[in-house]
Amino acid sequence: MIRFNNVHKWFKDLHVLNGIDLQVAQGEVVVVCGPSGSGKSTMIRTVNQLESINEGEIWVDGKNVADPKTDLNALRAEVGFVFQHFNLYPHLSVLDNITLSPIKVKGMDKAAADKQAVALLERVGLAHKKDAFPAQLSGGQQQRVAIARGLAMEPRVMLFDEPTSALDPEMIGEVLKVMKDLAESGMTMMVVTHEMGFAREVADRVVFIDHGKIVEQAPPEEFFKNPQHERAQQFLRQLLTPMS
Amino acid sequence: MNYNWDWNIFFKSTGIGSEIYLDWFVSGLGWTIAVALVAWIIALLLGSVLGVMRTLPGKALPAIATGYVELFRNVPLLVQLFMWYFVVPDYLPEPLQTWFKQDLNPATSAYVSVVVCLALFTAARVCEQVRTGIQALPKGQSAAALAVGFSIGQTYRHVLLPQAFRIIIPPLTSEFLNIFKNSSVASLIGLMELLAQTKQTAEFSANIFEAFTLATVIYFVLNMSLMALMNLVEKKVRIPGMMGGAK
Repeated sequence: MIRFNNVHKWFKDLHVLNGIDLQVAQGEVVVVCGPSGSGKSTMIRTVNQLESINEGEIWVDGKNVADPKTDLNALRAEVGFVFQHFNLYPHLSVLDNITLSPIKVKGMDKAAADKQAVALLERVGLAHKKDAFPAQLSGGQQQRVAIARGLAMEPRVMLFDEPTSALDPEMIGEVLKVMKDLAESGMTMMVVTHEMGFAREVADRVVFIDHGKIVEQAPPEEFFKNPQHERAQQFLRQLLTPMS
Repeated sequence: MNYNWDWNIFFKSTGIGSEIYLDWFVSGLGWTIAVALVAWIIALLLGSVLGVMRTLPGKALPAIATGYVELFRNVPLLVQLFMWYFVVPDYLPEPLQTWFKQDLNPATSAYVSVVVCLALFTAARVCEQVRTGIQALPKGQSAAALAVGFSIGQTYRHVLLPQAFRIIIPPLTSEFLNIFKNSSVASLIGLMELLAQTKQTAEFSANIFEAFTLATVIYFVLNMSLMALMNLVEKKVRIPGMMGGAK
Protein backbone atom coordinates (compact mmCIF):
# COMPACT_ATOMS: atom_id res chain seq x y z
CA MET A 1 0.00 0.00 0.00
CA ILE A 2 2.83 2.38 0.93
CA ARG A 3 6.42 1.82 -0.18
CA PHE A 4 9.44 4.03 0.49
CA ASN A 5 12.43 3.40 -1.77
CA ASN A 6 15.66 4.98 -0.56
CA VAL A 7 14.03 8.32 0.29
CA HIS A 8 16.24 11.30 1.09
CA LYS A 9 15.33 14.78 2.16
CA TRP A 10 17.41 17.73 3.17
CA PHE A 11 16.41 20.93 4.97
CA LYS A 12 19.33 23.02 3.74
CA ASP A 13 22.30 21.24 5.37
CA LEU A 14 20.25 19.00 7.59
CA HIS A 15 19.89 15.52 6.17
CA VAL A 16 16.51 14.86 7.72
CA LEU A 17 15.60 11.67 5.83
CA ASN A 18 18.61 9.54 5.08
CA GLY A 19 17.66 6.62 2.86
CA ILE A 20 14.29 5.47 4.17
CA ASP A 21 13.13 2.04 2.97
CA LEU A 22 9.79 0.92 4.30
CA GLN A 23 6.72 -0.99 3.22
CA VAL A 24 3.27 -0.91 4.72
CA ALA A 25 0.92 -3.62 3.54
CA GLN A 26 -2.83 -3.26 3.14
CA GLY A 27 -4.58 -3.57 6.50
CA GLU A 28 -1.33 -3.27 8.40
CA VAL A 29 -0.87 -0.93 11.37
CA VAL A 30 2.65 0.44 11.61
CA VAL A 31 3.78 2.57 14.53
CA VAL A 32 6.73 4.87 13.91
CA CYS A 33 8.67 6.04 16.94
CA GLY A 34 11.99 7.66 17.63
CA PRO A 35 13.61 10.51 19.51
CA SER A 36 12.56 14.05 18.77
CA GLY A 37 14.22 15.45 15.68
CA SER A 38 14.69 11.97 14.25
CA GLY A 39 12.62 12.77 11.16
CA LYS A 40 9.52 10.73 11.94
CA SER A 41 7.03 13.57 11.44
CA THR A 42 8.78 14.67 8.25
CA MET A 43 8.66 11.08 7.03
CA ILE A 44 4.91 10.67 7.51
CA ARG A 45 4.27 14.07 5.88
CA THR A 46 6.10 12.97 2.76
CA VAL A 47 3.54 10.21 2.17
CA ASN A 48 0.91 12.71 1.02
CA GLN A 49 3.53 15.25 -0.03
CA LEU A 50 2.87 17.85 2.63
CA GLU A 51 6.66 17.62 2.54
CA SER A 52 8.46 17.08 -0.74
CA ILE A 53 11.40 14.71 -1.09
CA ASN A 54 14.75 15.28 -2.77
CA GLU A 55 15.63 11.73 -3.75
CA GLY A 56 14.04 8.30 -3.97
CA GLU A 57 10.47 7.20 -4.52
CA ILE A 58 7.34 6.85 -2.45
CA TRP A 59 4.56 4.71 -3.85
CA VAL A 60 1.06 4.96 -2.44
CA ASP A 61 -1.59 2.67 -3.81
CA GLY A 62 0.44 2.15 -6.98
CA LYS A 63 1.17 5.83 -7.61
CA ASN A 64 4.53 7.54 -7.29
CA VAL A 65 3.80 10.58 -5.15
CA ALA A 66 6.96 12.47 -6.12
CA ASP A 67 6.18 12.18 -9.84
CA PRO A 68 5.02 15.61 -11.06
CA LYS A 69 2.50 13.83 -13.30
CA THR A 70 0.70 12.30 -10.33
CA ASP A 71 -2.53 14.09 -9.47
CA LEU A 72 -1.69 15.01 -5.90
CA ASN A 73 -5.17 16.27 -5.04
CA ALA A 74 -6.71 12.98 -6.10
CA LEU A 75 -4.08 11.03 -4.19
CA ARG A 76 -4.51 13.08 -1.03
CA ALA A 77 -8.24 12.53 -1.19
CA GLU A 78 -7.52 8.83 -0.63
CA VAL A 79 -5.07 9.34 2.21
CA GLY A 80 -6.48 10.53 5.52
CA PHE A 81 -4.18 12.64 7.67
CA VAL A 82 -4.59 13.43 11.37
CA PHE A 83 -2.44 16.22 12.78
CA GLN A 84 -0.91 16.75 16.18
CA HIS A 85 -2.81 20.02 16.57
CA PHE A 86 -6.09 18.74 15.03
CA ASN A 87 -6.32 21.64 12.59
CA LEU A 88 -10.09 21.65 12.47
CA TYR A 89 -11.54 24.58 10.53
CA PRO A 90 -12.52 26.93 13.38
CA HIS A 91 -15.12 28.85 11.36
CA LEU A 92 -17.19 25.75 10.58
CA SER A 93 -19.41 23.61 12.79
CA VAL A 94 -18.34 20.05 13.59
CA LEU A 95 -20.72 18.74 10.95
CA ASP A 96 -19.47 21.15 8.29
CA ASN A 97 -15.86 20.32 9.14
CA ILE A 98 -16.61 16.73 8.23
CA THR A 99 -18.81 17.32 5.18
CA LEU A 100 -16.75 20.08 3.50
CA SER A 101 -14.33 17.87 1.62
CA PRO A 102 -16.77 15.11 0.58
CA ILE A 103 -18.99 17.84 -0.88
CA LYS A 104 -16.29 19.99 -2.48
CA VAL A 105 -13.75 17.36 -3.54
CA LYS A 106 -15.93 14.34 -4.25
CA GLY A 107 -19.08 16.22 -5.28
CA MET A 108 -21.22 14.34 -2.77
CA ASP A 109 -24.64 15.93 -2.24
CA LYS A 110 -25.25 17.71 1.05
CA ALA A 111 -27.87 15.32 2.42
CA ALA A 112 -25.73 12.24 1.83
CA ALA A 113 -22.66 13.98 3.27
CA ASP A 114 -24.60 15.00 6.39
CA LYS A 115 -25.87 11.47 6.88
CA GLN A 116 -22.39 10.05 6.52
CA ALA A 117 -20.99 12.67 8.92
CA VAL A 118 -23.54 11.85 11.60
CA ALA A 119 -22.71 8.16 11.26
CA LEU A 120 -19.00 8.93 11.62
CA LEU A 121 -19.66 11.14 14.63
CA GLU A 122 -21.56 8.27 16.23
CA ARG A 123 -18.58 6.06 15.58
CA VAL A 124 -16.26 8.45 17.45
CA GLY A 125 -18.89 9.08 20.17
CA LEU A 126 -19.65 12.71 19.35
CA ALA A 127 -22.98 12.70 17.53
CA HIS A 128 -24.37 15.10 20.14
CA LYS A 129 -21.70 17.68 19.22
CA LYS A 130 -22.49 17.98 15.54
CA ASP A 131 -23.61 21.61 15.77
CA ALA A 132 -20.82 22.74 18.11
CA PHE A 133 -17.83 24.71 16.87
CA PRO A 134 -14.27 23.44 17.33
CA ALA A 135 -13.40 26.06 19.96
CA GLN A 136 -16.24 24.73 22.11
CA LEU A 137 -14.74 21.22 22.26
CA SER A 138 -11.97 19.74 24.39
CA GLY A 139 -8.73 18.68 22.71
CA GLY A 140 -9.72 15.01 22.79
CA GLN A 141 -13.08 15.78 21.22
CA GLN A 142 -11.45 17.91 18.53
CA GLN A 143 -9.06 15.13 17.66
CA ARG A 144 -11.91 12.64 17.38
CA VAL A 145 -13.72 15.03 15.05
CA ALA A 146 -10.49 15.33 13.04
CA ILE A 147 -10.39 11.55 12.70
CA ALA A 148 -14.02 11.54 11.55
CA ARG A 149 -13.15 14.27 9.06
CA GLY A 150 -10.36 12.11 7.67
CA LEU A 151 -12.63 9.08 7.43
CA ALA A 152 -15.32 11.02 5.59
CA MET A 153 -13.21 10.84 2.43
CA GLU A 154 -13.27 7.03 2.72
CA PRO A 155 -9.48 6.88 2.58
CA ARG A 156 -7.53 3.75 1.78
CA VAL A 157 -4.86 4.70 4.31
CA MET A 158 -4.89 6.81 7.47
CA LEU A 159 -1.79 8.65 8.60
CA PHE A 160 -1.48 9.94 12.18
CA ASP A 161 1.21 12.46 13.09
CA GLU A 162 1.56 12.39 16.90
CA PRO A 163 -2.23 12.46 17.35
CA THR A 164 -2.12 12.53 21.15
CA SER A 165 0.95 14.67 21.84
CA ALA A 166 -1.01 17.91 22.25
CA LEU A 167 -3.63 16.39 24.55
CA ASP A 168 -4.10 16.48 28.29
CA PRO A 169 -3.32 13.06 29.75
CA GLU A 170 -6.92 12.19 30.58
CA MET A 171 -7.99 12.75 26.98
CA ILE A 172 -5.42 10.52 25.36
CA GLY A 173 -7.39 7.35 26.06
CA GLU A 174 -10.53 8.42 24.19
CA VAL A 175 -8.51 9.17 21.04
CA LEU A 176 -6.47 5.96 21.22
CA LYS A 177 -9.69 3.99 21.66
CA VAL A 178 -11.07 5.44 18.41
CA MET A 179 -7.79 4.61 16.65
CA LYS A 180 -7.86 1.08 18.00
CA ASP A 181 -11.42 0.54 16.73
CA LEU A 182 -10.29 1.85 13.38
CA ALA A 183 -7.35 -0.56 13.28
CA GLU A 184 -9.65 -3.44 14.14
CA SER A 185 -11.95 -2.49 11.27
CA GLY A 186 -9.05 -3.28 8.93
CA MET A 187 -7.83 0.22 8.07
CA THR A 188 -4.26 0.55 6.86
CA MET A 189 -2.58 2.90 9.33
CA MET A 190 0.75 4.57 9.80
CA VAL A 191 1.03 6.19 13.21
CA VAL A 192 3.80 8.39 14.57
CA THR A 193 3.40 8.22 18.33
CA HIS A 194 5.12 7.84 21.67
CA GLU A 195 2.18 5.88 23.07
CA MET A 196 3.93 2.59 23.61
CA GLY A 197 0.82 1.01 25.11
CA PHE A 198 -0.97 1.63 21.83
CA ALA A 199 1.99 0.27 19.88
CA ARG A 200 2.11 -2.88 21.98
CA GLU A 201 -1.59 -3.55 21.77
CA VAL A 202 -2.55 -2.43 18.27
CA ALA A 203 0.49 -2.28 16.00
CA ASP A 204 1.51 -5.08 13.69
CA ARG A 205 4.97 -3.63 13.50
CA VAL A 206 7.03 -0.97 15.25
CA VAL A 207 9.51 1.08 13.26
CA PHE A 208 12.26 2.89 15.14
CA ILE A 209 13.85 5.83 13.38
CA ASP A 210 16.90 7.85 14.38
CA HIS A 211 18.79 10.56 12.48
CA GLY A 212 16.57 10.06 9.45
CA LYS A 213 17.26 6.34 9.19
CA ILE A 214 15.19 3.33 10.13
CA VAL A 215 17.44 1.51 12.57
CA GLU A 216 15.07 -1.19 13.70
CA GLN A 217 11.70 -2.64 12.81
CA ALA A 218 10.01 -5.57 14.48
CA PRO A 219 6.65 -6.83 15.75
CA PRO A 220 5.84 -4.99 19.00
CA GLU A 221 6.40 -7.89 21.43
CA GLU A 222 9.86 -8.44 19.96
CA PHE A 223 10.70 -4.72 19.82
CA PHE A 224 9.73 -4.08 23.43
CA LYS A 225 11.19 -7.28 24.90
CA ASN A 226 14.38 -7.42 22.98
CA PRO A 227 15.38 -4.28 21.09
CA GLN A 228 18.48 -4.96 18.99
CA HIS A 229 19.84 -1.51 18.31
CA GLU A 230 21.58 0.37 21.08
CA ARG A 231 19.73 3.62 20.32
CA ALA A 232 16.39 1.84 20.54
CA GLN A 233 17.33 0.26 23.86
CA GLN A 234 18.25 3.66 25.25
CA PHE A 235 15.03 5.21 23.88
CA LEU A 236 12.86 2.55 25.50
CA ARG A 237 14.71 2.82 28.82
CA GLN A 238 14.06 6.55 28.91
CA LEU A 239 10.44 6.12 27.95
CA LEU A 240 9.80 3.55 30.67
CA THR A 241 11.85 5.14 33.46
CA PRO A 242 12.24 8.79 32.51
CA MET A 243 13.76 9.91 35.85
CA SER A 244 16.63 7.45 36.01
CA MET B 1 -16.00 87.14 17.63
CA ASN B 2 -19.08 88.62 16.18
CA TYR B 3 -20.73 86.28 13.75
CA ASN B 4 -24.42 85.99 13.09
CA TRP B 5 -25.14 82.30 12.66
CA ASP B 6 -28.01 81.76 10.30
CA TRP B 7 -29.12 78.13 10.13
CA ASN B 8 -32.05 79.04 7.92
CA ILE B 9 -29.63 79.57 5.08
CA PHE B 10 -30.02 75.94 4.00
CA PHE B 11 -33.68 76.49 3.26
CA LYS B 12 -33.15 79.66 1.28
CA SER B 13 -33.16 79.80 -2.49
CA THR B 14 -29.82 79.53 -4.23
CA GLY B 15 -31.04 81.80 -6.93
CA ILE B 16 -30.65 79.02 -9.46
CA GLY B 17 -33.98 77.59 -10.50
CA SER B 18 -36.09 76.63 -7.48
CA GLU B 19 -33.21 74.99 -5.61
CA ILE B 20 -32.50 75.67 -1.98
CA TYR B 21 -29.00 75.20 -0.55
CA LEU B 22 -30.01 71.98 1.19
CA ASP B 23 -30.65 70.45 -2.24
CA TRP B 24 -26.99 71.01 -3.07
CA PHE B 25 -25.91 69.13 0.02
CA VAL B 26 -28.25 66.23 -0.73
CA SER B 27 -26.95 66.02 -4.27
CA GLY B 28 -23.34 66.29 -3.03
CA LEU B 29 -23.90 63.50 -0.53
CA GLY B 30 -25.32 61.38 -3.34
CA TRP B 31 -22.16 61.82 -5.40
CA THR B 32 -19.95 61.15 -2.39
CA ILE B 33 -21.73 57.86 -1.76
CA ALA B 34 -21.73 56.94 -5.45
CA VAL B 35 -17.97 57.52 -5.69
CA ALA B 36 -17.05 55.80 -2.44
CA LEU B 37 -19.26 52.72 -2.76
CA VAL B 38 -18.31 51.86 -6.33
CA ALA B 39 -14.62 52.49 -5.64
CA TRP B 40 -14.85 50.37 -2.47
CA ILE B 41 -16.34 47.38 -4.27
CA ILE B 42 -13.57 47.47 -6.86
CA ALA B 43 -10.91 48.01 -4.17
CA LEU B 44 -12.19 45.09 -2.13
CA LEU B 45 -12.18 42.69 -5.08
CA LEU B 46 -8.86 43.81 -6.54
CA GLY B 47 -7.23 44.11 -3.10
CA SER B 48 -8.31 40.58 -2.19
CA VAL B 49 -6.86 39.15 -5.39
CA LEU B 50 -3.60 41.03 -4.79
CA GLY B 51 -3.51 39.99 -1.13
CA VAL B 52 -3.91 36.34 -2.10
CA MET B 53 -1.21 36.74 -4.76
CA ARG B 54 1.24 37.99 -2.14
CA THR B 55 0.78 34.77 -0.14
CA LEU B 56 1.06 32.30 -3.04
CA PRO B 57 4.12 30.08 -3.48
CA GLY B 58 6.52 30.96 -6.26
CA LYS B 59 8.10 34.28 -7.15
CA ALA B 60 6.34 36.03 -10.04
CA LEU B 61 2.81 36.55 -8.65
CA PRO B 62 3.91 37.76 -5.20
CA ALA B 63 6.41 40.12 -6.86
CA ILE B 64 3.75 41.65 -9.11
CA ALA B 65 1.44 42.25 -6.14
CA THR B 66 4.28 43.68 -4.04
CA GLY B 67 5.23 46.06 -6.84
CA TYR B 68 1.63 47.19 -7.11
CA VAL B 69 1.44 47.95 -3.41
CA GLU B 70 4.72 49.89 -3.42
CA LEU B 71 3.62 51.99 -6.37
CA PHE B 72 0.16 52.91 -5.14
CA ARG B 73 1.04 53.32 -1.48
CA ASN B 74 4.01 55.61 -1.97
CA VAL B 75 2.49 58.28 -4.20
CA PRO B 76 0.13 60.85 -2.62
CA LEU B 77 -3.52 60.32 -3.36
CA LEU B 78 -3.91 63.79 -4.88
CA VAL B 79 -1.01 63.24 -7.27
CA GLN B 80 -2.60 59.96 -8.32
CA LEU B 81 -5.90 61.71 -8.95
CA PHE B 82 -4.30 64.37 -11.16
CA MET B 83 -2.48 61.62 -13.07
CA TRP B 84 -5.75 59.78 -13.73
CA TYR B 85 -7.62 62.93 -14.67
CA PHE B 86 -5.09 65.06 -16.54
CA VAL B 87 -2.31 62.76 -17.77
CA VAL B 88 -3.55 59.22 -18.34
CA PRO B 89 -6.42 60.18 -20.71
CA ASP B 90 -3.89 61.66 -23.15
CA TYR B 91 -2.16 58.30 -23.43
CA LEU B 92 -5.27 56.21 -23.93
CA PRO B 93 -5.72 54.49 -27.29
CA GLU B 94 -7.63 56.62 -29.78
CA PRO B 95 -11.27 55.46 -29.45
CA LEU B 96 -11.07 55.46 -25.66
CA GLN B 97 -9.50 58.91 -25.65
CA THR B 98 -12.27 60.39 -27.74
CA TRP B 99 -14.86 58.69 -25.60
CA PHE B 100 -13.34 60.01 -22.38
CA LYS B 101 -12.68 63.56 -23.59
CA GLN B 102 -15.62 64.23 -25.89
CA ASP B 103 -18.47 61.75 -25.44
CA LEU B 104 -18.60 61.78 -21.66
CA ASN B 105 -20.02 64.84 -20.00
CA PRO B 106 -17.50 66.55 -17.66
CA ALA B 107 -19.15 65.25 -14.51
CA THR B 108 -18.99 61.67 -15.74
CA SER B 109 -15.35 61.86 -16.80
CA ALA B 110 -14.44 63.33 -13.42
CA TYR B 111 -16.47 60.57 -11.77
CA VAL B 112 -14.69 57.82 -13.73
CA SER B 113 -11.29 59.32 -12.89
CA VAL B 114 -11.93 59.58 -9.19
CA VAL B 115 -13.47 56.11 -8.92
CA VAL B 116 -10.49 54.54 -10.71
CA CYS B 117 -8.08 56.55 -8.57
CA LEU B 118 -9.67 55.70 -5.22
CA ALA B 119 -10.26 52.07 -6.16
CA LEU B 120 -6.64 51.44 -7.17
CA PHE B 121 -5.22 53.43 -4.25
CA THR B 122 -7.39 51.64 -1.70
CA ALA B 123 -6.81 48.23 -3.30
CA ALA B 124 -3.14 48.47 -2.29
CA ARG B 125 -4.17 48.98 1.31
CA VAL B 126 -6.79 46.21 1.23
CA CYS B 127 -4.13 43.94 -0.29
CA GLU B 128 -1.87 44.41 2.72
CA GLN B 129 -4.69 43.67 5.13
CA VAL B 130 -5.79 40.53 3.30
CA ARG B 131 -2.18 39.35 3.20
CA THR B 132 -1.66 39.83 6.93
CA GLY B 133 -5.01 38.16 7.64
CA ILE B 134 -3.95 35.07 5.68
CA GLN B 135 -0.48 35.05 7.20
CA ALA B 136 -1.92 35.28 10.72
CA LEU B 137 -3.57 31.86 10.31
CA PRO B 138 -1.78 28.78 11.67
CA LYS B 139 0.17 26.87 9.01
CA GLY B 140 -1.83 23.79 9.93
CA GLN B 141 -4.97 25.22 8.30
CA SER B 142 -3.64 25.07 4.77
CA ALA B 143 -1.94 21.73 5.49
CA ALA B 144 -5.27 20.32 6.70
CA ALA B 145 -7.08 21.59 3.61
CA LEU B 146 -4.45 20.30 1.19
CA ALA B 147 -4.36 16.93 2.99
CA VAL B 148 -8.01 16.21 2.16
CA GLY B 149 -7.41 16.87 -1.53
CA PHE B 150 -8.38 20.53 -1.88
CA SER B 151 -6.74 22.46 -4.70
CA ILE B 152 -4.98 25.71 -3.83
CA GLY B 153 -8.05 27.61 -5.01
CA GLN B 154 -10.42 25.58 -2.83
CA THR B 155 -8.05 25.95 0.12
CA TYR B 156 -8.27 29.73 -0.13
CA ARG B 157 -11.98 29.78 -0.92
CA HIS B 158 -13.23 27.45 1.81
CA VAL B 159 -10.60 27.50 4.54
CA LEU B 160 -8.18 30.45 4.49
CA LEU B 161 -10.20 33.43 3.27
CA PRO B 162 -13.29 32.91 5.46
CA GLN B 163 -11.00 33.04 8.49
CA ALA B 164 -8.72 35.81 7.20
CA PHE B 165 -11.63 38.15 6.41
CA ARG B 166 -13.05 37.70 9.89
CA ILE B 167 -9.71 38.70 11.41
CA ILE B 168 -9.37 41.84 9.29
CA ILE B 169 -12.87 43.28 9.69
CA PRO B 170 -11.64 46.07 12.04
CA PRO B 171 -8.87 47.39 9.74
CA LEU B 172 -11.12 46.91 6.70
CA THR B 173 -13.72 49.05 8.45
CA SER B 174 -11.16 51.86 8.75
CA GLU B 175 -10.39 51.54 5.07
CA PHE B 176 -14.09 51.61 4.23
CA LEU B 177 -14.47 54.87 6.18
CA ASN B 178 -11.27 56.26 4.63
CA ILE B 179 -12.60 55.86 1.13
CA PHE B 180 -15.63 58.04 1.99
CA LYS B 181 -13.37 60.70 3.46
CA ASN B 182 -10.83 60.44 0.63
CA SER B 183 -13.62 60.87 -1.92
CA SER B 184 -13.50 64.60 -1.06
CA VAL B 185 -10.44 64.92 -3.34
CA ALA B 186 -12.92 64.73 -6.20
CA SER B 187 -13.87 68.35 -5.47
CA LEU B 188 -10.49 69.35 -6.93
CA ILE B 189 -11.35 68.05 -10.39
CA GLY B 190 -14.79 69.60 -10.43
CA LEU B 191 -16.98 66.71 -9.37
CA MET B 192 -19.82 68.25 -7.33
CA GLU B 193 -19.68 65.89 -4.38
CA LEU B 194 -20.25 66.93 -0.80
CA LEU B 195 -17.14 69.07 -0.28
CA ALA B 196 -17.54 70.85 -3.63
CA GLN B 197 -21.16 71.65 -2.85
CA THR B 198 -20.11 72.94 0.56
CA LYS B 199 -17.54 75.28 -0.98
CA GLN B 200 -20.08 76.43 -3.52
CA THR B 201 -22.63 77.14 -0.82
CA ALA B 202 -20.03 79.08 1.15
CA GLU B 203 -19.20 81.18 -1.90
CA PHE B 204 -22.77 81.80 -3.01
CA SER B 205 -24.28 82.56 0.37
CA ALA B 206 -21.26 83.85 2.27
CA ASN B 207 -22.47 81.65 5.17
CA ILE B 208 -19.17 79.86 5.25
CA PHE B 209 -19.35 78.65 8.89
CA GLU B 210 -22.80 77.13 8.51
CA ALA B 211 -21.86 75.41 5.28
CA PHE B 212 -18.74 73.75 6.69
CA THR B 213 -20.49 72.87 9.94
CA LEU B 214 -23.20 71.05 8.04
CA ALA B 215 -20.61 69.25 5.93
CA THR B 216 -18.77 68.17 9.08
CA VAL B 217 -21.97 66.83 10.59
CA ILE B 218 -22.91 64.96 7.43
CA TYR B 219 -19.48 63.29 7.09
CA PHE B 220 -19.51 62.43 10.79
CA VAL B 221 -22.99 60.91 10.81
CA LEU B 222 -22.31 59.04 7.59
CA ASN B 223 -19.13 57.49 8.95
CA MET B 224 -20.64 56.69 12.34
CA SER B 225 -23.47 54.85 10.57
CA LEU B 226 -20.99 52.88 8.46
CA MET B 227 -19.07 51.97 11.59
CA ALA B 228 -22.23 50.77 13.29
CA LEU B 229 -23.03 48.73 10.20
CA MET B 230 -19.60 47.10 10.21
CA ASN B 231 -19.91 46.33 13.93
CA LEU B 232 -23.12 44.47 13.13
CA VAL B 233 -21.36 42.55 10.38
CA GLU B 234 -18.54 41.67 12.75
CA LYS B 235 -20.97 40.38 15.38
CA LYS B 236 -22.90 38.43 12.80
CA VAL B 237 -19.88 36.46 11.56
CA ARG B 238 -18.25 35.84 14.94
CA ILE B 239 -17.25 32.24 15.49
CA PRO B 240 -18.92 30.60 18.48
CA GLY B 241 -16.44 29.68 21.22
CA MET B 242 -13.69 31.93 19.89
CA MET B 243 -12.55 35.10 21.61
CA GLY B 244 -15.52 37.47 21.83
CA GLY B 245 -17.77 34.96 20.12
CA ALA B 246 -21.18 33.76 21.27
CA LYS B 247 -21.09 30.80 23.67
